[in-house]
Amino acid sequence: MAGGQEKVLKRRVKSIQSTKKITRAMELIAATRVVKAQQRALAARPYAEQITEVIQHLSAAGAGKEHPLLRQADSVDKVAFVVITSDRGLAGAYNTSVIRAAERDLQGAQSEGADYSLVLIGKKAAGYFNFRNYRIDAQFTGMSDTPAFEHAKEVAGVITEAFLEGDVDQVRLVYTRFLSVASQRVVVRRFMPLQAVPSQESDGPSADYEFEPAPGEIFDRLLPRYVEARLLAAMLDAAASEHAARQRAMKSATDNAEELETKLSRAMNRARQDSITSEIMEIVGGAEAMSHS
Amino acid sequence: MTLQVELVSPEEVLYSGEADMVIARTTDGEIAFMTGHAPFIGSLGVGAVTIRTSEGDDVRAAVHEGFVEVTDNRVTILSDIAELVGDIDATRARRALEELDRERDVDDAEAETALRRARLRVELADE
Repeated sequence: MAGGQEKVLKRRVKSIQSTKKITRAMELIAATRVVKAQQRALAARPYAEQITEVIQHLSAAGAGKEHPLLRQADSVDKVAFVVITSDRGLAGAYNTSVIRAAERDLQGAQSEGADYSLVLIGKKAAGYFNFRNYRIDAQFTGMSDTPAFEHAKEVAGVITEAFLEGDVDQVRLVYTRFLSVASQRVVVRRFMPLQAVPSQESDGPSADYEFEPAPGEIFDRLLPRYVEARLLAAMLDAAASEHAARQRAMKSATDNAEELETKLSRAMNRARQDSITSEIMEIVGGAEAMSHS
Repeated sequence: MTLQVELVSPEEVLYSGEADMVIARTTDGEIAFMTGHAPFIGSLGVGAVTIRTSEGDDVRAAVHEGFVEVTDNRVTILSDIAELVGDIDATRARRALEELDRERDVDDAEAETALRRARLRVELADE
């Protein structure tokens, strides 16, 4: 009967409305978090810039040419992948694009005869690679949403140790670069060995630096910090991208819900009108039959 | 002429401004910078950094290891963990120190550093 259909439609409209409320709220939350994450990424930049500058001055003075973190292996037998994903879903294609890029690169390395090692940040990457029986060497959760320096330090410690022990010959970083709120791009970057920092020969006064303690010693202490700062920058970029992706996903979900809502309430109104019309027809028909008798 | 001073942690710039003098503690000992100081790069230990601003005020910060670079009257202090005195929670710092003192382990270098950090925090917070 027509009245039954109306009831069914009404229930669906209600459920869509409440879903819409949730997605709209998530969209707004994500929007504010993008801004915050961007600010954090911006605030972290001076440290990374300054530390790079100090390293340049140190290497201009001839320090650390032979540092183990700069060591290029003759042949790359094992590549470590650091994959930065989120803990939570509902962020559109954010996680799948990172994971797919990582897997493709990993298979590329394998086809060149290199072994792999996986260091995963975020539940999503862990879930994916676990399910497909990849060997996971380290996984970190609970840090990709709002990464702090301690988190970067923790992860950097694991990678640096593996690299220094010669367990891996190269470390690649797979994460999402935040270009703007509207555009983020997945990148695969070589992270270790560190590219030899270009020493500026033309930079005259750098030779006159006083050092305390010796340049080599400062360099040894500085380089791990540099690694941490760069990793933190990547994690902050990824966090901003995650929130931006979630905002976009939730916005389209809200838009979808809105569209469905109009469509369904239209159908519902028509169903109600139909049932009223047929009821009138029945009454009129009944009355007509009575008057004729 | 004044010094341009920046105190930077990995997550933010803690202090940025002009100063007449900066006192820090490198791994080899205390050192003070004034305008015209020769270019310098040093590695910092656990210690207080004092920035004497052009107005004559002292800005103090607890710096737990880091680096300092001086060029062209610019002093940059980079530190993993640095706190301005105003940001230190005195009661929390004191409690942490007491705790560390109690379970003191002299052989452990890490515990020793933690203890030094806690002491520095309390010392600065008390001023």
